[in-house]
Amino acid sequence: MAKNSTKLIFLALLSIVCVLLYAFYDIKGGFDYAFPRRMVRVTAMVVTGVAIAYSTVVFQTITHNRILTPSVMGLDSMYEVVQTLIYFFAGSMSIWVLNKYLNFGVAIIAMVLFAVLLYRFLFRADKYPIYFLLIIGMILGALLGSLVSFLQVMIDPVEYLSLQSRLFASFTNVNADLLYVAIGILLIAFIYGYLIIDKLDVMSLGRENAMNLGVNYDRMVINVLILSSILIATSTALVGPITFFGLIVANLSYQYLATYKHSILILGASLISIVALVGGQFLVEHIFELRTTLSVIINFVGGIYFIYLLLKESRAAG
Amino acid sequence: MIEIKGLTKRFGKKPVVEDVSVKIEPGTITSFIGPNGAGKSTLLSMVSRLLDSDTGEVLLDQENVKKMKSTEFAKRVSILKQSNYLNVRLTVRELVSFGRYPYSRGRLTAEDEKFVDQALGYMNLTDIQNEFLDELSGGQRQRAFVAMVIAQDTEYVLLDEPLNNLDMKHSVQIMKILRKLVDELGKTVVIVLHDINFASVYSDRIVALKNGKLVKNGPTHEIINSAALREVYDMDIPIQEQDGCRICVYFKAHA
Repeated sequence: MAKNSTKLIFLALLSIVCVLLYAFYDIKGGFDYAFPRRMVRVTAMVVTGVAIAYSTVVFQTITHNRILTPSVMGLDSMYEVVQTLIYFFAGSMSIWVLNKYLNFGVAIIAMVLFAVLLYRFLFRADKYPIYFLLIIGMILGALLGSLVSFLQVMIDPVEYLSLQSRLFASFTNVNADLLYVAIGILLIAFIYGYLIIDKLDVMSLGRENAMNLGVNYDRMVINVLILSSILIATSTALVGPITFFGLIVANLSYQYLATYKHSILILGASLISIVALVGGQFLVEHIFELRTTLSVIINFVGGIYFIYLLLKESRAAG
Repeated sequence: MIEIKGLTKRFGKKPVVEDVSVKIEPGTITSFIGPNGAGKSTLLSMVSRLLDSDTGEVLLDQENVKKMKSTEFAKRVSILKQSNYLNVRLTVRELVSFGRYPYSRGRLTAEDEKFVDQALGYMNLTDIQNEFLDELSGGQRQRAFVAMVIAQDTEYVLLDEPLNNLDMKHSVQIMKILRKLVDELGKTVVIVLHDINFASVYSDRIVALKNGKLVKNGPTHEIINSAALREVYDMDIPIQEQDGCRICVYFKAHA
């Protein structure tokens, strides 16, 4: 079996190839017109991919499972709820919408609160089986979804169109204003991650073992949870929700790299994300000629993989 | 010395541990015994800071353990709980190496490796150190976890029912190793035991709990007699002497 460093170098090269292909392949018309636009998209994809991969791996470490992700637990539905509420109560001409940073800040705070509450009530006691948590996640997702459609039905149609364009962000319709903020957040998140990487490894042994080894487990869990929700908020604000993506890349990384070391797992999952997003978008644009979107493919493949993981887990449990 | 002073813990309204005060003598094996639900594990969890007490305090050499820094505490007191299920796939050696985390923060020095080798040797795990834990038997896995706390090299080693799921041979092995830790390395071991005969044969002192309250606390020979055990277990247990050890023959006792 190849060594993990070799595998990481392979993944890094593959991601570089994908990024270069996406940036330079078949540029027609004006280079000066197309190239900057491609760069914005490719940067957004890299940022999103890394944010989702990173947040999913650390979320799964603190919740001790490999199936639930922040998205599956309804965290990115929360983004839609916040935006809809803002449009419903303040309107599209209010400062809450026009000032993108303010808007983004409100979304982050709401998502962090949601995640912390979810953790307090569901994960803390370690008393619920994973299927129960999964059902709760699904129900919450449906509840928030219904709340959103209920408010959207009552909203002014013109307002609704404006809201829709915000919620249906995608890789071809990137929320570019936030890109610099997102890069900044990601950098800070990685610096913080570098400082706590050894603690994450210990935390994967479980609460009692981690506390025995001198890690302040309960405080670390809250910190990591906040980190994870901020990253999900960032990626959702940039390109909209991609529910099953985190699940795929995190699990592929566990399988391919077979280690407990978070430095390797997070790096691996991030690189796999870049390959999947940038490479996938390249295929969508140049092979499928935009007859489908990447989110659809990801949710299709991811959904199947999700069912496979569930079946595998239930067989291991039974 | 560890001093437990008036510890109380309630889950809901029901007190699980009620006003328990015990001193743990250094350089001994102290066993916590008692019927199911007596609060033995809860008491051990509070001593090791895994669980907050409602009232009372635990002092380690006169210092309140709640006020100590986590990493400093982890260099002086280690705890191993009952369940040893892991969500990650580790080899025996990787797990045991985690025991050095309080000292090395994950970057093992040559000295750390030495401690790991010693712990593996102590628990007879050297031959299987590179095998994955999930491919081992329950007994081997349990030994690997004990090796981890040995590698942690703390003055105090607290163990919550370490003999669970172990057969006779491995139970005896583990108890002998704990005895060696105390006699040769001068450690202090506190252990929750279900099997009263292991407590009788291997421990220096016994702390008996019942319904969350302290019933008996003293040297082993003062506790292992029919009168004292009736108070703890509500059973008339005949005691037989065998090679200087007192064995409780409880199998046909009137319960």
